[in-house]
Amino acid sequence: MSASSDHANSVFASVVQAPEDPILGVTVAYNKDPSPDKLNLGVGAYRTEEGKPLVLKVVRKAEQLLVNDPSRVKEYLPITGLADFNKLSAKLIFGADSLAIQENRVTTVQCLSGTGSLRVGAEFLARHYHQRTIYIPQPTWGNHPKVFTLAGLSVKTYRYYSPNTRGLDFQGLLEDLGSAPAGAIVLLHACAHNPTGVDPTSDQWEQIRQLMRSKGLLPFFDSAYQGFASGSLDADAASVRMFVADGGECLAAQSYAKNMGLYGERVGALSIICKTAEVASRVESQLKLVIRPMYSNPPIHGASIVATVLKDRDLYNEWTVELKAMADRIISMRKQLFDALQARGTPGDWSHILKQIGMFTFTGLNANQVAFMTKEYHIYMTSDGRISMAGLSSRTVPNLTEAIHAAVSSVA
Amino acid sequence: MASAMLSLASASPSASLSLQENLKISWKRGTSSRINFLGSDFSKTKSFTRTSMTVAVKVSRFNDITMAPPDPILGVSEAFKADTHEMKLNLGVGAYRTEDLQPYVLNVVKKAENLMLEREENKEYLPIEGLAAFNKVTAELMFGADNALIQQQRVATVQGLSGTGSLRLAAALMERYFSGAKVLISSPTWGNHKNIFNDARVPWSEYRYYDPKTVGLDFDGMISDIKAAPDGSFVLLHGCAHNPTGIDPTPEQWEKIADVIQEKNHIPFFDVAYQGFASGSLDEDASSVRLFAARGMELLVAQSYSKNLGLYAERIGAINIVCASSDAAARVKSQLKRLARPMYSNPPIHGARIVSNVVGNPELFNEWKEEMEMMAGRIKSVRQKLYDSLCAKDKSGKDWSFILKQIGMFSFTGLNITQSENMTNKWHVYMTKDGRISLAGLSSAKCEYLADAIVDSYHNVK
Repeated sequence: MSASSDHANSVFASVVQAPEDPILGVTVAYNKDPSPDKLNLGVGAYRTEEGKPLVLKVVRKAEQLLVNDPSRVKEYLPITGLADFNKLSAKLIFGADSLAIQENRVTTVQCLSGTGSLRVGAEFLARHYHQRTIYIPQPTWGNHPKVFTLAGLSVKTYRYYSPNTRGLDFQGLLEDLGSAPAGAIVLLHACAHNPTGVDPTSDQWEQIRQLMRSKGLLPFFDSAYQGFASGSLDADAASVRMFVADGGECLAAQSYAKNMGLYGERVGALSIICKTAEVASRVESQLKLVIRPMYSNPPIHGASIVATVLKDRDLYNEWTVELKAMADRIISMRKQLFDALQARGTPGDWSHILKQIGMFTFTGLNANQVAFMTKEYHIYMTSDGRISMAGLSSRTVPNLTEAIHAAVSSVA
Repeated sequence: MASAMLSLASASPSASLSLQENLKISWKRGTSSRINFLGSDFSKTKSFTRTSMTVAVKVSRFNDITMAPPDPILGVSEAFKADTHEMKLNLGVGAYRTEDLQPYVLNVVKKAENLMLEREENKEYLPIEGLAAFNKVTAELMFGADNALIQQQRVATVQGLSGTGSLRLAAALMERYFSGAKVLISSPTWGNHKNIFNDARVPWSEYRYYDPKTVGLDFDGMISDIKAAPDGSFVLLHGCAHNPTGIDPTPEQWEKIADVIQEKNHIPFFDVAYQGFASGSLDEDASSVRLFAARGMELLVAQSYSKNLGLYAERIGAINIVCASSDAAARVKSQLKRLARPMYSNPPIHGARIVSNVVGNPELFNEWKEEMEMMAGRIKSVRQKLYDSLCAKDKSGKDWSFILKQIGMFSFTGLNITQSENMTNKWHVYMTKDGRISLAGLSSAKCEYLADAIVDSYHNVK
């Protein structure tokens, strides 16, 4: 059989080449670049000051314990995942003293990191919730619309980012959520909004909560940076806990990719807080029906690492210290970049670099300027002007400063 | 229990600070127990006062949701766990057990994990299509490292979440690009196949497979049903060790199946969950797939390493799509990625690294082959022992030889639902209601007990 069968004979003749994923595609392009000065500020993965990926010490310790434990087996987890992990994850985000947990009103299922948790939650809502529209902030993480659409929800947006102020368009947000149909689902970034880094203030969160509850809108939190944004696990969960405290229902997708550096292990959890324990139990049974035909049961390794860390007092404390160190390094990069741009006299107000929170800065650079920076300075970032502060170091700040300066000075 | 309550209203810093900043300040000045340790019920944590209920929703919005039934296969283990009877036997889910009925982690897996720890590898995101080293070895394992297909780059391989996840990716591709085309599945087949295609919205119909009269293959029925389906249908085939029956076509029958599939321009879709585990030989168990590939057919193969490498919980497998050209394979791969990204972004690294370390290292690879022969060997020997016990205990003259002819982890006993229930209710033998028993969960020591149970259920229960 010759290898050169023409395409006409292939049943896949009509399958077209898909474009590279816009976010992950940045790394693909970066890898191809031979320049020694190249800088990857694309995907949100933490880098050390030396520009290296980081595996937390506490993770290595946990892994050592696991691999050396002769009683450990690799049997299938239940469909809902590792029970310990689920309980500990719920406590982490909702608080150890959460009434919702004590009242058994929370169902938590282990899923494949943030993406998997969002997808399972969305599939569940598409099947069982009467309102199949989800409102997502404008802008939001590039993968959100696809996750929800493929799950069977229809996607609408609410105003969020104001390019003029490089801050929150709070009036726009309130208007858009205010005019959403009763019961609609609303995606909320729990902290460190991706890609803008702009978060509501506590006052604003309270107003959002009141508006949403008065209209029966269903909150669906995406929590990918708990502890990573401010350095405090409790502070970064405050928005979620505010909603849970009023006794209402909500969904929360958690990821351990960033805060425990477990990116490739795909560890996360979906929690659904219900009015009663009885409803939570029925909801859990239906979540299993979503999961089983998707991948049967979740992967054990990452969840075991998380459970090991969370349930041991010493490891947990060590983790909080390492987490704070990562958050602090990012905050210091913000300061360094801001100071460098000020010193360089780069035109424009760059204070948003300091005000925004989390892994990313929404620079305000446009697609042309971004393309210029990639071509002339080998700086890789997403075309919306988002840069990952986690990918910056003291050594690379000067180059980035030059690139930004050149871009805003010479490219419209 | 008194907890230190933090009221948002009483936080004196300006409300124009971010919520996080507010809390950090209050947190610092507050309790002495500043680390919120989750391992115990720690009461000194901050929480919010109950703000007034401006909640419009009084009754749960999920109130109409009904309780879903337990999974017919995975639910069996749950029921088994709850049973306290001393003679209880779990022949439900297909997970290998040693003679002592303990789970088994392969030595090569432990070695690989230790190597991985020593190397201190990072935990960065894999590409959407998975670990490149894994994708390479998994395709080579399936098709043969020297297969022209691989040299010609005509195989699109994407790491998937074990067999289920790989099947689901393929099903999603079918739904998007072969709209209206249906998949033919064997009657019976693994219980989750229908769920996967239903959720992926791919229509399916069944082809005859199991003949209860012979407790063998209804070959004519199978060929007839495959012929009757609309041209260009997908045909789901079990590469070896058919689940749940254990009944596989002979090599001659495979040739005829390939003939009719080619005539009808159907697309073969192999589910290979037991390569090496069925006969003990990796190459032998791949022969059906390789037969079809050698004819130049485009085909799909879903692989799982759950059983043959004992990596059940690591969720490691792959979807391979053999295309007529390398260009088609590249396009197909790009579309599989496009389906994986909104499902879970990229697959888990741990299991993929274990597989690529074992298969990629000649010493470990050979050791693996030995362990696999050992596992397959134990199953063959309990088949023999069960057969011998049945013959000894059943004086009716019934022919139990199908137990020896069937291959792989499972045996289709021919017991009906009520008889299967009798196995559980009277004998505390846990199995699926379709009469399937997992021989991997049977020890030599328990063969006689099981034979008693089967003989009783078969003859005394209708």
